[in-house]
Amino acid sequence: MRRIKEMVIEKALLSSALITIAVTVGIILVLSIEAIAFFSEVSIIDFFTDTQWTPLFADKHFGILPLLSGTLLTSFIAIAFAVPVGLSISIYISEYAPKSFRRTVKPALELLAAVPTVVYGFFALTVVTPFLQSFIPGLSGFNALSAGLVMGIMIIPFISSLSEDALHAVPHSLREAAYGMGSTKLQNAFKVMVPAASSGIIVSIILAISRAIGETMIVAIAAGQQPRLTLDPTVPVETITAYIVQVSLGDVQHGSLEYRTIFAAGITLFVFTFLLNTISYRIRKRFQEKYE
Amino acid sequence: MNNIRKNRWKDQAFKVWGIACTLLGLVLLVIFIGSVIVDGLQRIDWDFITSLPSRKAERAGIFTALMGSVWVLVLTTIIALPVGIAAAIYLEEYAKKNRLSSLLEVNISNLAGVPSIIYGLLGLEIFVRIMQMGASVLAGSFTLALLILPIVIVSTREAIKAVPKSVRDASFALGASKWQTVSRQLLPASFGGILTGIILALSRAVGETAPLIVIGALTYVPFAPSSPMDEFSVLPIQIFNWISRPQHGFEVNAAAAIIVLLSITFLMNGIAVYFRNKWQKKLK
Repeated sequence: MRRIKEMVIEKALLSSALITIAVTVGIILVLSIEAIAFFSEVSIIDFFTDTQWTPLFADKHFGILPLLSGTLLTSFIAIAFAVPVGLSISIYISEYAPKSFRRTVKPALELLAAVPTVVYGFFALTVVTPFLQSFIPGLSGFNALSAGLVMGIMIIPFISSLSEDALHAVPHSLREAAYGMGSTKLQNAFKVMVPAASSGIIVSIILAISRAIGETMIVAIAAGQQPRLTLDPTVPVETITAYIVQVSLGDVQHGSLEYRTIFAAGITLFVFTFLLNTISYRIRKRFQEKYE
Repeated sequence: MNNIRKNRWKDQAFKVWGIACTLLGLVLLVIFIGSVIVDGLQRIDWDFITSLPSRKAERAGIFTALMGSVWVLVLTTIIALPVGIAAAIYLEEYAKKNRLSSLLEVNISNLAGVPSIIYGLLGLEIFVRIMQMGASVLAGSFTLALLILPIVIVSTREAIKAVPKSVRDASFALGASKWQTVSRQLLPASFGGILTGIILALSRAVGETAPLIVIGALTYVPFAPSSPMDEFSVLPIQIFNWISRPQHGFEVNAAAAIIVLLSITFLMNGIAVYFRNKWQKKLK
């Protein structure tokens, strides 16, 4: 009797764990079925080469490039801002700061990560954009620059916290050896600690990129809704995620081509983040083995 | 000699730079919260919280959105909690080291990195269309439950892992079965840690906007939902809606609603940290 009960419980627990697989399968199925239906109407070559994205206009074009360029532009700004700052924070906290400083500052930084993204969007639109406009005169009310910068602020705690963990995991003997040879903290940090923790730091950067590409509300609020193929950070652009939001807010008929565009855009986004996450997972696994 | 001095100087320069970077994030946080409070605090009163939405900014309130958020939060908890904890128990205590368990691991780590808007597309197709729930509170809760599932699983595993092995050994030595060990020893011992993870996951769910917009949650609902099948809005969507309107009055409303939303998320984070500290002390 007891054995049967134990077995039933184990099977129930297992099926809960299997739900996570069902979620992944569900995501892939849903995205591909709708995307295949989309590509039966729109040629895949047009999708990747056309330089206009105007599915909601009378003259329809389905080129993903403008959305992709918007996504990459805002993500690039965010990463270019967050990586130097986030890494400096992690090095400062792990190599320079006294322990008490670490204990108070780390939770405070994590508070930055707890702020809902819609709130960051408001910040970008009402504080950062007007501030930037005061010394960049041509800056449009919606632009990639302020959305990207605020996204960078949101990402800083991810990079600083994960990189700090990686630096923390480096064996203490390496640090002592470096100091024993008379290096300064700075030399120790950049010539010994950072190379030793490089895989962990790379993982944190990859995860941050993936996070930036998938970020929605900040760009939907502050970057605008005008898909255009440009690298100019001062004009409105539209990201993949912002487009999905734009369509979802409107009244689009289920089963229509417009409805399917959000799945085609979604699968593009999913492929990108999936690749980044897989790469980071691989590196993390190898890294764990190295120190265990 | 010159070289040493140069290196020392560089060292000090980086130290200053490091402090500046660390404070940058915090200063920005303070500036931002300050500006939101300046904009919005004058607007917050009891009427703002209990009023229905309105076309006129000065009469509009957040009642329906707030109730929507509460509904979604409760249902999301009910759905995600048992599944997440059960999956974590399986992975931590039952799973053998084989291909299935490593597949589960990779998969959960991947799910945690899927953008939230993709969960919205999943929910739109599965819950809203195929299961015909419509853009209801229930469909929204299922969507958010799937979204926070990986977070719940990972944090629950950490909490269970932190229970010393001696507890398991002692329990088995007394003749307890696996499930008895889990349910009477491990779960009570890791309760604080599990609770922390769940509150953090829920604080994430409260702030989620994009997936709910995608499944079709409304930006304007005249009444608060009264059953799981009702249409709904949530606080972040209400804020988004107010931000996208041109009139200044709505910007003030958005700032006021942000104060409410931030209070909720920070309060949940505070509670989580409190439980974590208490639990970690107990574990030692």
